[in-house]
Amino acid sequence: MTMAAEHTGAGAPETAQAAELAIRVRNLTNRFGTKTVHEDLEIDIYRGETIGIVGPSGCGKSVLLRSIVGLIKPVESDIEVFGKRLETLTRAERQEIERRWGVMFQGGALFSSLTVRENVMAPMREHTDLSHELMYDLADMKVRIAGLDVDTGSLMPSDLSGGMRKRAALARALSLDPDLLFLDEPTAGLDPISAGRFDELIRSLKEALGLTVFLVTHDLDTLFATCDRVAVLSGGKVLAIGPLDEVRENPHPWIQEYFSGPRGRAAQG
Amino acid sequence: MSVSPARFEVKTASDGMQTLAVSGDWTIWTVNDVAERLKARTLAEAGSVDLSGLGTVDTSGAYVIDRLINRPDRDAPLEIVGASSKMERLLGVVREGSRREKFDEPHRPGVIMLLDRAGRGAVDAWKELLGTLSFIGETMATLGRLIIRPSRIRWTSVVSLMEEVGIDALPIVTFLSFFIGLVIAFIGANLLAMFNASVFTVELVGIGVLREFGAVLTAIILAGRTNSAFTAQIGAMKMREEVDAMRVTGLDPMEALVAPRLIALLVMTPLLTFAATIAGVLGGMFAAWIAMGISPILFIERFQDTVPAQHFWVGLIKTPVFAMVVALVGCRQGMLVEGNVLSLGQRTTTSVVQAIFLVISIDAVFAIIYYLIDV
Repeated sequence: MTMAAEHTGAGAPETAQAAELAIRVRNLTNRFGTKTVHEDLEIDIYRGETIGIVGPSGCGKSVLLRSIVGLIKPVESDIEVFGKRLETLTRAERQEIERRWGVMFQGGALFSSLTVRENVMAPMREHTDLSHELMYDLADMKVRIAGLDVDTGSLMPSDLSGGMRKRAALARALSLDPDLLFLDEPTAGLDPISAGRFDELIRSLKEALGLTVFLVTHDLDTLFATCDRVAVLSGGKVLAIGPLDEVRENPHPWIQEYFSGPRGRAAQG
Repeated sequence: MSVSPARFEVKTASDGMQTLAVSGDWTIWTVNDVAERLKARTLAEAGSVDLSGLGTVDTSGAYVIDRLINRPDRDAPLEIVGASSKMERLLGVVREGSRREKFDEPHRPGVIMLLDRAGRGAVDAWKELLGTLSFIGETMATLGRLIIRPSRIRWTSVVSLMEEVGIDALPIVTFLSFFIGLVIAFIGANLLAMFNASVFTVELVGIGVLREFGAVLTAIILAGRTNSAFTAQIGAMKMREEVDAMRVTGLDPMEALVAPRLIALLVMTPLLTFAATIAGVLGGMFAAWIAMGISPILFIERFQDTVPAQHFWVGLIKTPVFAMVVALVGCRQGMLVEGNVLSLGQRTTTSVVQAIFLVISIDAVFAIIYYLIDV
């Protein structure tokens, strides 16, 4: 069993250049029918950084996430996670990698027949040999870390509000203490105050746990609050990647409009 | 990367103070054994915890360590020695997450729980009955309004539903009915041959299929096939708030969703029953031919002589009632779906069970009425 919870804060972009890669994507091509979503896409994500993936609707942000975690089979791809090529792994090796990442889906994707606590316990039950009692306590701890009351654990997902569902989904994504966290639109549909708290939560978790966070978002505030680097996807490629300030200087019209439009300015102010 | 197991040991200093030193990797993968062993051990004398030997720690490991520091059986937390700033932060996160307000779920004896559930069940059944009646009333009112103003009927939707519930169901209905006719004829052939009356198989098949099997079999297939589809379609629309969207834009879901389904079924069920009846008789004829050598011509002649047309009408008159049962139960259960996947599944099951139950019960009521009025 490999465990590589590198708890060194290699989040700063300058040191990140030298840091180990968490995800390495080369010549990724995704095509649905005649529509090409990704064409020879390349992206590197370093250990311990939070990278924000932005881009216009339909540019393939979620598709990129789904390609990396293996929910979509790309036409062509060369994806490495923690230095292992995903396409060539055996089942057991792949499972090892899967245990080291947590995914939070856009709509939460909580199992609707299980309570919140059972949802958080589900990955532990599947992968670990923890005693039931410890699992129960750990699940309650994760639920609290994600910012929910501990009695939320006994509720069914259908009894939760949108914001609570996102938090419960985050608790489940953190269930196995992953090194790599994928978040798909974590703050979409939340009120600004809840969204702000969520950003705060992600940042503090990342700092305390040394997580690598892959964040797909539309939310400029989230981007400013949490991300070390930003990648802009457009036309099937990575248009720009780098620290936020650097990307913002990019003269590309979409990037300019995105960051300098009224919403972009408000988020920076 | 290699993993070193989570360990702890108790060191006693010269002044008698005990220190609990933890070392190794404390992660979700390693912490189970050590947590068990720690629980078994009473560390009454220990005054501090030495964290300097720790390797990799995640929140699960930190939780177990934190539980050690803040043992519930001690008044004050143990003193922490040698924690890195990283470790302290991790402990902070975990402690934040493990504060527990105890909430006691009221525990009641089993008998009371049983009575409680029985009571709830009875009330639910009563509500279900009232709900069904009110839904029937609402549908009838809608139908009445549509009869007064037929231009409001959504013909496109009616015709497409007619194809879905009628023509698409034709193969399975005729196929199954053919086999039922065949089975009846075989049973009759064996049984009636004992009395040397195997030619009465024709009457058996004719009366059985015309009066009962054509109509009931069709209704049951519709209950399984169409009814569940109605519930799932309307339920999915309900889940995605489409039904609410219709209401706020001034579209009446009863008029747009329920009425077309009811009309389509009212038209198609008698036609399907007719097809099923023909197929059933053909099945019987086929069996009579191969099992008893009754030629199709003889079969038809005897059929015309001995099976009055009245039986056909007795069967067909039930079909509009069955159509209403299937349409109303399917649509009503669909409308009751709430915003989660679980309720869609439950409602679809309920819908099929209710529809089949009602079809057979109503058929029994018809049989009693026919017996009383002697047809």
